[in-house]
Amino acid sequence: MNPLSLVVRTTCDFFAWFMIIFGVNVVVHGYMTPGGGFQGGAIIATFAVFFLVAYGGRKMLAWVNEKVYDLFDEIGLVLFFLLAFWGLPTSFFFNFFAKPFTESSVTAIIPGAGTIALMSIAVGFEVSGAISLIILTMYKGIRIFRTESQELETGYER
Amino acid sequence: MKKTIFVVAAILLGALIVGAVDTVHPFGAPGNAPMDDYFIANALQHRSSENIVTAIVFDYRGFDTIGEAAVLFTALCAITVLFREGRKKS
Repeated sequence: MNPLSLVVRTTCDFFAWFMIIFGVNVVVHGYMTPGGGFQGGAIIATFAVFFLVAYGGRKMLAWVNEKVYDLFDEIGLVLFFLLAFWGLPTSFFFNFFAKPFTESSVTAIIPGAGTIALMSIAVGFEVSGAISLIILTMYKGIRIFRTESQELETGYER
Repeated sequence: MKKTIFVVAAILLGALIVGAVDTVHPFGAPGNAPMDDYFIANALQHRSSENIVTAIVFDYRGFDTIGEAAVLFTALCAITVLFREGRKKS
């Protein structure tokens, strides 16, 4: 996959990081807005796609560390199961952090939703790591079947 | 002979579909749904979550969400195995 033109690369430099911030915003406010772990994680995973399309596969694979995505995936899944089992003295998936709803809890820094907010964050970790890793693995899989000689990638501006 | 069977089957299927559509509840008026009313009445007070859909997905039906997370993890494992770099034939 060849790198795209200078315009696309500069746009990627500017806006790719805002994608991550927007995704984290969706994940963290999952308990009160339409959104949550799955949706925000998918938004965060678009960063990998954007970088791969704009800068090309060679630079992406040299820059990214797949173990970070792997760690995100595992941390999210383990945290999710841990929170689910934590309420086991009462029942599986018991919301042990939840506080009764009051008017002040809308603006409180720590939400009263308890494990709902924490599980949203855990699922956001898991989905962002898993989808980014799937994209990278599939891109590397495409490269396996290329049999002709590997010429150096050249962009439009080089 | 085949055409006759096909036409009869098509008519039968059409009649069944029309009959099934006829018994569907009108939009916005579900049948007997006590759980809907329970969630709408109590989710905010019990779980303090402003988004009732999230309260259902992560709390009331959390077991389903564990399954979804496991499905995603299984898909990741399957894709990693499928696209692994194999040995080259010497």
